Amino acid sequence: MANPMTSELKRRAPLTLLAGLLALLPVLPVPEFWITQLNYIGLYALVVIGLVLLTGVAGLTSFGQAAFVGLGAYGSAWLTLNWGVSPWLTVFAALAITALAALLLGWITLRMSGHYLPLATIAWCLGLYYLFGNLEMLGKYDGLLGIPPIVFFGLPLNTGRSFFYLLWALVLLAALAAVRLLDSRSGRALRALRGGSTMPEAMGIDTFRAKVTAFVLAALLAGLSGWLFAHFQRSVNPSPFGLKMGIEYLFMAVIGGVGHVWGALAGAAVVKLMEDQLQVLLPRLLGGSGSYEVIVFGILLVLVLQHARDGLWAAIEARLPRRVRRRDWADAPPLDEAPRPPHGEVVLDVQAVRKAFGGLVAVNDVSFQVRAGEIVGLIGPNGAGKSTTFNLVSGVLPLTRGEVRLRGERIDGLPSRGIARRGVSRTFQHVKMIPGMTVLENVALGAHRRGRRGVLAAMLRLERGEERRLLREAERQLQRVGLAAQQDELAGNLALGPQRLMEIARALCADPSLLLLDEPAAGLRHQEKRALAGVLRQLRAEGLSILLVEHDMDLVMDISDRIVVMEFGTQLMQGTPAEVQASEAVRAAYLGTEH
Amino acid sequence: MDLSIAGILLLDGTTSGAVYALLALALVLVFAVTRVIFIPQGEFVAYGALTLAMLQMGKLPGTVWLLALMALAAAALDAVHALREGHRPARLLRNLAATLAWPAAVTLLACWAAPRQLPLPLQSLLTLAIVTPLGPLVYRLAYQPLADASVLVLLIVSVGVHFALTGLGLLFFGAEGFRNPSFWDERFSLGPLVLSGQTLIIFMVSAALIVGLWLFFGRTLRGKALRATAVNRLGARLMGISTDGAGRWSMGLAAFIGALSGLLIGPTTTMFYDTGFLIGLKGFVAAIFGGLASYPGAAAGALFVGWLESFGSFWASAYKEVIVFTMILPVLLWRSFLHGESDDE
Repeated sequence: MANPMTSELKRRAPLTLLAGLLALLPVLPVPEFWITQLNYIGLYALVVIGLVLLTGVAGLTSFGQAAFVGLGAYGSAWLTLNWGVSPWLTVFAALAITALAALLLGWITLRMSGHYLPLATIAWCLGLYYLFGNLEMLGKYDGLLGIPPIVFFGLPLNTGRSFFYLLWALVLLAALAAVRLLDSRSGRALRALRGGSTMPEAMGIDTFRAKVTAFVLAALLAGLSGWLFAHFQRSVNPSPFGLKMGIEYLFMAVIGGVGHVWGALAGAAVVKLMEDQLQVLLPRLLGGSGSYEVIVFGILLVLVLQHARDGLWAAIEARLPRRVRRRDWADAPPLDEAPRPPHGEVVLDVQAVRKAFGGLVAVNDVSFQVRAGEIVGLIGPNGAGKSTTFNLVSGVLPLTRGEVRLRGERIDGLPSRGIARRGVSRTFQHVKMIPGMTVLENVALGAHRRGRRGVLAAMLRLERGEERRLLREAERQLQRVGLAAQQDELAGNLALGPQRLMEIARALCADPSLLLLDEPAAGLRHQEKRALAGVLRQLRAEGLSILLVEHDMDLVMDISDRIVVMEFGTQLMQGTPAEVQASEAVRAAYLGTEH
Repeated sequence: MDLSIAGILLLDGTTSGAVYALLALALVLVFAVTRVIFIPQGEFVAYGALTLAMLQMGKLPGTVWLLALMALAAAALDAVHALREGHRPARLLRNLAATLAWPAAVTLLACWAAPRQLPLPLQSLLTLAIVTPLGPLVYRLAYQPLADASVLVLLIVSVGVHFALTGLGLLFFGAEGFRNPSFWDERFSLGPLVLSGQTLIIFMVSAALIVGLWLFFGRTLRGKALRATAVNRLGARLMGISTDGAGRWSMGLAAFIGALSGLLIGPTTTMFYDTGFLIGLKGFVAAIFGGLASYPGAAAGALFVGWLESFGSFWASAYKEVIVFTMILPVLLWRSFLHGESDDE
């Protein structure tokens, strides 16, 4: 195994090299043309980094980032021109305006299916473009002229070379901040959004808020780019903020590799350089004049999505040594644990719950209790309503009527996030995980609600103390289920059995008082099942309550204290494993009756 | 504003609303069947109007070459696929013939007809014959290889297709705008209102098309197959319905409706190579009224967009696009309160 220190160095080498090269470029006799090119690439890359967070990480997208660039640019330009405010102050105003606009747009569209946001951003980008072009105060289509340059300690950054430093320092900082964010508690929450909201909500993550966060972050980076643009160009007009540019930003992200922060830089560079070549070449080739490059861009975009959806950076990434997480959490203090309910107290009280899908009653007035330090098995033939009952208890589905109480408090009607926060943790019948994250990171997702530090702290690496505690807890739970050796493996590479164990570790990470396990033994080998039974017994001994849906009768009968049997949505009986095994009715439900 | 102006604006809005309604219906149809948010719909509007404009001038429109090229590309892809799968040569030839026959015939016909300046109705039919097959070809080339991708990926593909088709529009038709001659120059007075023949044609064709679509989906096997695909792709496939076939059909319908809309509004507005995009987007705003799912909702939304636009251009003409496109926000807000959170997976 490679030494983590050297591999870390190797991984940092390209970035250090890039930073060094960029720092040297302006003092070398590089033609002004290339400095200008690099400045544009940097301005684009800032926006594209935001799009990577939004599209590649959170699974949302926007064609209207150009509009946010425009808001930042016009906002700062107008304020410096009309009020004579320094650009160092207007940057805050510019960012505030973009953030407000993004909040409004996100708040309206992000509650709905994923395709409404991009549609809204198209309309928004067009609307804003026409607004910029028609407002008297913004100079209509001529725009605003004579914008002052940014002054850095008395030095006006009015040449391409001086501006270069400020711009690229910000680009590299933004990229670094994004990389750091993705490797944190908040980052994991963002990365969990792509697979739908059921799993992250069950981990106590407010997915709506996470989506708005991603959208606002992307908008802020675009606004920052706009601020720089206005004071670099020294004039603004509506044309660089139109929908064409908005789509080109997305094109850069896709070409570079929409899931990779550094791909944003690669994509911005490739597209900008290609655009320049095409703008010269194509009119010569095709005759006439106009932006024919969009033909090539459009076709290329479709081809990339068809044949190389991971973009350029995926090819580069494959050549870099894989990052092995340095294990620095061994001495981190353990996370606080909630007091366990006293042994024997009723933890879960399900009273006559019913779920009707139209005319079909999937769960018909089912009642049962789970006490602290007790394993209750929920069994029944396929289609008996077990998983639906599970989803009613965990808040994934709203119930039609009945009551669910957790330690006396009513939890029916609460969103699954709220139920998770009250100490109910679950696994899924069909494993829901983030295949591109390591096993350890997936498990740490379960501890989400036990941490507090947010996006800003993650970007500044102020949350490392808490992060170490979270990772220590994740490792501890992985050791418990016997998966510690695979913690640095990508979750998608695990076989089904270990994936289920990983889900259990993730659920345990939440420090639950009630654990809901949906077919945890499906796909496990015999040895693994025995190990699982051992883990569950130990958890029971620690005072945890467990509700278990399982088809493996040996396992259920072996470890359950009591068993609830369901058939066709109704409760057939409940009792000890021995009583259930002796019951004629249960036998009839599973095997049919003799005639 | 007095009543007669209001009447004129209302009539104006209804006219454009009728066209938006057609486009919105096509968008809802394509989304239901293929999960594709069909941004390039508007390009077919421009292609329809401008192809006719070229024919009017006795020139061969570039869309003809696009049709031929795309058909060749599709044929090449089919051939590669057939060779990989080891299909029999007879089957391959039959498939190639099916892909190439219509485009070849239309190309030859267009080459013959273009310099002859045929009467307007014949040129219109030729335009429809050129633009409509572009729809299935776009599906074959851009979307079919990604048919199982997420809505988001398909949407990005749509934007790519929109880019390519807009750029090609610029190449084919130049940056100049064109206004087509009216199909019917008659004018009728209705009190203070003047109803032009073209307006009547727009109303009648829209109505006929909506009834036609209703019959198609309600009465024909092909239409029912499309509806089945919209409800459940896998289920439809199990019943022997080709989802790729359904995709091609739906985009063919969309291209036909787009081109027809282009012919209808060609005489009432000056069309540029990129005008179609804005018109198509207004169709989208309308379709979103119905949540991209309801046909009557989309039609009602289209009328509303039409009125909003005509009254908007009367009160604040510079801001009419701003008004129409920002209208999408309150509509989305209203829909999100109506339906609450919805999960996408």
